[in-house]
Amino acid sequence: MAQIRGYRRPEPGTQPPHLHPRYVSSIKRAPTKPLVAVPQTLSEITGPVFGPEVVQPKACDLTSQHSGSPQGQRIIVSGRVLDEDHRPLPNTLIEIWQANAAGRYLHKTDQHLAPLDPNFTGCGHTVTDSAGHYRFISIRPGAYPWRNHDNAWRPAHIHFSLFGPAFATRLVTQMYFPGDALLPFDPIFNCVADEKARERLISLFDWETTIPETALGYKFDIILSGRDSTPMES
Amino acid sequence: MKTPATTSQTVGPFFSIGLDRLRASNLAGPGVPGERLTIEGKVFDGDGQPVPDAMIEIWQANARGKYAHPEDTQEKPLEPGFSGYGRVPTDDNGQFRFTTIKPGPVPGPAGKPQAPHLVLSIFMRGLLKRLVTRIYFPGEAANNSDLLLSLVEPARRTTLIAKKVQERDAVLQWNVVLQGSEETVFFDC
Repeated sequence: MAQIRGYRRPEPGTQPPHLHPRYVSSIKRAPTKPLVAVPQTLSEITGPVFGPEVVQPKACDLTSQHSGSPQGQRIIVSGRVLDEDHRPLPNTLIEIWQANAAGRYLHKTDQHLAPLDPNFTGCGHTVTDSAGHYRFISIRPGAYPWRNHDNAWRPAHIHFSLFGPAFATRLVTQMYFPGDALLPFDPIFNCVADEKARERLISLFDWETTIPETALGYKFDIILSGRDSTPMES
Repeated sequence: MKTPATTSQTVGPFFSIGLDRLRASNLAGPGVPGERLTIEGKVFDGDGQPVPDAMIEIWQANARGKYAHPEDTQEKPLEPGFSGYGRVPTDDNGQFRFTTIKPGPVPGPAGKPQAPHLVLSIFMRGLLKRLVTRIYFPGEAANNSDLLLSLVEPARRTTLIAKKVQERDAVLQWNVVLQGSEETVFFDC
């Protein structure tokens, strides 16, 4: 193992800083000393591998986990997981979680006024197919208030968590919905300078995956760090 | 054509809904060879307050220094029952704990072995992207020649080395200090 091929560093402006003062929680939690730049090693270009035994085929449908149907607008969220060179990433685990249609999370620390839905947990997972495709069935989450600033509301979003092929490609992100009036005011969505990077967090309404009389389709592609073209000595 | 990687966003306060299913606080099942250790500690914010809503993910090699991953092509055996993956949340007191085996040395830059270590991702509300750090082991001669440790200023290296706990065998303590004079070293890699 004389040489290893690393993963690319982020394009400037496309990844958030740790300290983003408009996001008030970052002030006491972001490191204050500079990160120590280090080369990637075998430890970073490898990462957890999840076999088919961790995937429950029905877990991609968040609307059928209980005896009844959840409240809200039914949606199909689908897309591809690709690397920065648009190579599809097959067999990639995706974990998601979200609020219910009223904007309430099934979590002990979410005590806001909106009702829980006995037919909605808000948790799902799936794995990409051989061409990097994934598909979830869910309901459109509601916006919800938070205490970041006066009259603060989070735009509707779904949390996505992916490992990808290596420790270096680990990504947790949020998918938003097109035309959400709260987006311009949200400090989490607006954490990067690059407008195109922000736009890529917004799913696209999609007729092709919309199911007549059943569910609206949204497309959301997820890009994980690509590989360096030249190997480094290791 | 290239598209930059998707922008990272915080896990927020409610990640347990989606991420609890793959919680793994015991990385080494019965019969996995190696020196068995429990690593425990707390996560502290800039006010010195414990962080009750953090999540730590662990990735490590087995006791022979082999990663259970196709790009580790070393001629060393994999250990059945050991994937090297762990995921633990902090509790209401900011405390986390996991049990594993001490990894063997893995290859590093310039053909030199690295000192035994775990790599970690730390997620929490308030962090728009993960923090990356490592845990090294106390009393390990190889720590003195580890390339990544040598890139850290000497006074801060201790933040990366777990400590023995008096009168508790097989327990190591390692805290995450997000800010201040004792701030943990976090890596850009």
